[in-house]
Amino acid sequence: MKKRDAPWIMRTYSGHSSPKASNELYKQNLAKGQTGLSVAFDLPTQTGYDSDHPLARGEVGRTGVPVCHIGDMRTLFDGIGLEQMNTSMTINATAAWLLALYIAVAEEQGANPKKLRGTTQNDIIKEYLSRGTYIFPPAPSMRLIADTVLYTVENVPEWNPTNICSYHLQEAGATPEQEVAYSLSTAIAVLDEVRKRGVSAAVLTDTFSRLSFFINSSIRFVDEVCKQRAFGRLWEKLGRDRYGITDSKALRFRYGVQVNSLGLTEAQPENNIVRIVLEMLGVTLSKNARARAIQLPAWNEALGLPRPWDQQLSLRSQQILAYETDLLEFGDIFEGSPVIEGRVGEIAGAAWAEVEAVLKRGGVVPAVEYVKERLVASHAARIAAIERGDQIVVGVNKFAESAPSPLTAEGGADAILRVDPAAEQEQVARLHAFRASRDKAAVERTLAGLREAAKSGENIMPASIAAAKAGVTTGEWGGALRDAFGEYRAPTGVAGARAVTGDPVALEALREKVVALERILGRRPKLLVGKPGLDGHSNGAEQIALRARDAGFEVVYEGIRVTPQQLARAAADEGVHLVGLSILSGAHLDLARDFMAQMKQRGLEKIPVVLGGIIPDSDATELRNSGVRAVYTPKDFRIARILEDLVAYVREAHAA
Amino acid sequence: MIGATVRELALRVVASEPGAVARAISLVEDRRPHAEVTTVELLRALSEASDPFRAARIGITGPPGVGKSTLVSALAKATRQSGRTVGVLAVDPSSPRSGGALLGDRARIEIDPADLGLFVRSMASGGELGGLARAASAAIDVLSAAYDVVLVETTGVGQSETDVEHVADTVLMVIQPGSGDVLQFLKAGIIEIPDLFAVNKADLGSIAERALGELSAALAVAHSVSESDIPQVLLTSASTQAGIPELLAALDAHRAGLVKSGNLRERRYRATAAAAFRLFVHRWGEQGVADVGGKTALLAHLERRVRDGATAVEAMSEMRPR
Repeated sequence: MKKRDAPWIMRTYSGHSSPKASNELYKQNLAKGQTGLSVAFDLPTQTGYDSDHPLARGEVGRTGVPVCHIGDMRTLFDGIGLEQMNTSMTINATAAWLLALYIAVAEEQGANPKKLRGTTQNDIIKEYLSRGTYIFPPAPSMRLIADTVLYTVENVPEWNPTNICSYHLQEAGATPEQEVAYSLSTAIAVLDEVRKRGVSAAVLTDTFSRLSFFINSSIRFVDEVCKQRAFGRLWEKLGRDRYGITDSKALRFRYGVQVNSLGLTEAQPENNIVRIVLEMLGVTLSKNARARAIQLPAWNEALGLPRPWDQQLSLRSQQILAYETDLLEFGDIFEGSPVIEGRVGEIAGAAWAEVEAVLKRGGVVPAVEYVKERLVASHAARIAAIERGDQIVVGVNKFAESAPSPLTAEGGADAILRVDPAAEQEQVARLHAFRASRDKAAVERTLAGLREAAKSGENIMPASIAAAKAGVTTGEWGGALRDAFGEYRAPTGVAGARAVTGDPVALEALREKVVALERILGRRPKLLVGKPGLDGHSNGAEQIALRARDAGFEVVYEGIRVTPQQLARAAADEGVHLVGLSILSGAHLDLARDFMAQMKQRGLEKIPVVLGGIIPDSDATELRNSGVRAVYTPKDFRIARILEDLVAYVREAHAA
Repeated sequence: MIGATVRELALRVVASEPGAVARAISLVEDRRPHAEVTTVELLRALSEASDPFRAARIGITGPPGVGKSTLVSALAKATRQSGRTVGVLAVDPSSPRSGGALLGDRARIEIDPADLGLFVRSMASGGELGGLARAASAAIDVLSAAYDVVLVETTGVGQSETDVEHVADTVLMVIQPGSGDVLQFLKAGIIEIPDLFAVNKADLGSIAERALGELSAALAVAHSVSESDIPQVLLTSASTQAGIPELLAALDAHRAGLVKSGNLRERRYRATAAAAFRLFVHRWGEQGVADVGGKTALLAHLERRVRDGATAVEAMSEMRPR
């Protein structure tokens, strides 16, 4: 039999409801042949709040598992040997804390920390740019990253302390060149921060070799093959030229992948199976630039949370590619191809020029606003191309006719996972019991140690591990550091972004309608775009805000993480004619009900409210019944049409 | 809206009811003819129900990206902590092509939704050259009737500094270290307008110190000609709160000086007359100005009416070209 390469690590991004339910899911997935774990945490955990915090309402266990303390972490990995496991944790602002809990539980299991393998995502820049689960301002955030890097390089040497993400940049609209440029710029910020501390050349080499990347792969898989190769080339150049790394093993570009969710469609969702497989090719075909770990989304992600069966299908796709095909029997099949080489050179050249543009602005931290504006503009261009039909999306803007699908019969209500509404209360009850049971003096003592470390600048990890062991909670850890560091609000990127027109004729017609509406109202129609709750996925809200402005609306946008109460107050003070909410975390029922109640309380129930997000049909019906004027889902990709609706809703409310 | 309702609305504004303040501002923004009549009634009712000189009107201007909104947020917070109520008017430019606008300042202002003593309203400039919305001066009158301190934020790109002077008792210019702003201001000839300067982002350290030095030198030159007092320059950092209490104290001191010298009323009369003049031009054009006897005569007339207690909108609407 022919010798085959070892396959990549196969994971599925998962976690929901409770540590116990997630633990059961992990065990099932491992039994099916998954070779690593990828933990999804819920939004309160990612933003440093306990499950009983007011902002956590409706979000507990929703987009991932809640982990409030060491007891939750223990349950999450019950019966899973951490010394043998390779665990990826999608955690950023609170990465140091979740890593501390992980190390503490591993030690309880008797594992040797030197043997722990896995990844903490720990990339704050892309949180500012796209994903939204940041907490602290840039300086202390970069410090926390450097703390975890230096701690793990010394004490947990097999760990990847930060997994710099191009993934979310692509979701936010980045072109391949921008993806490469901005994630390398982030790596530079981390490496510079570490170097600033005066570490030895050996530690700098170790740090360089432990930085890994988390990359996206789109349907343009030839481009993706070239992008990964360009990444590797520039990474090596960066290591040699800027950091003086000479060890060829340390210079190797290591990355994991989650393939693209942006291009997955709600219409004819079964087509996504094909998309996912093709996207996987872009990161596996070249042996010399192959992903170390892959996780695939599920075919029904645009509908809601995937069920175990949906995740199994994604895992099986990986297994078929790795074990049935002949992919792993060959060397690098692109070596010497002038076509591939040409495109690699193009991407690398343009990306490096953009890296230099960022460095000229003082690096990615001071240039966050610049980068954000570039991303918003690229995303607007992409959406406009789809609206115009220049970019074909099968089943959406072309070949849209479909026979009834047996997979999504009756509106697909059964084709997704539903989080048990009781899960939140149960988690809160467990949290209260845990708090009551712990040694209060030890909690106070270790929290004081944590505050002291935050202030003095000593590495945050030892104090965090001590706090984890003493029973400190996620909210207490987050609170102590919020007090020390303050909180940050990221740029929205919409003010400076230039407009991109989907269809100039339609836009002109729309502008005329807005002007006609202005004559009726006496002033410009004013729109409040709101993102209630903890969900930080703001790309959709930003695009609506931008396009509404270009249609002539006055648009108030407050950014992410706003409470329903704050939004209702804004609607009142600003005298808006319509409110549009965007919620992608699945907490739409709770948040929308809460918001509608707030509006009613202020006597604003006549102002029409629309909602956009990943909303199952049955929920959409319920929302409309409770007074929401319209519900938009990824199916509604024509923004111009949405804006036309908004004009009609304002007119109708004014006439009433 | 009939007279009694307008008076009722005015009383609710004076009682700082946020719903009423919001409604009143929507009314003064409304350009339909009947709404303009009601606006005149409302502003008249407000000036009768409250002392127009009571509220401190502070204009905050500076180039984009210097951290004005964050500074406004810090000032609003410090003012609330001193026990006074605050109304904020944040003006953003309208897109010249579509007439639409993105009003993003609210995102950077920390607002407790339960605090009735802080009110924030965003407004689009509506394509006015001076950067201030046509309705801004009336909206400021509304906010002044409701709150102790009114903060007006505008983006300064040359022209609007002179515009904000016409609505504020104290003009604060915010600049960013290392940006070359100082040179721009000297060129634009607007360095003499602000009463106070804040060099923001003082956390940048030596760069901020250098900007402070450059600015102080430039001010000394500019004011040696006009012989007026050299305005104070402060270092602030809205992100770390450094210098905020000092800035608030300096703003208070400037206003106290105006009250003591009697210049507050003078300044306000001139500003209101200028606002009335702009409204007049907006409605009747340059030809209209010529028809009523030219700019000087019109301004003199408007100023007389304002000194008699007329609001800007009132004074303007009494004048009609032949």
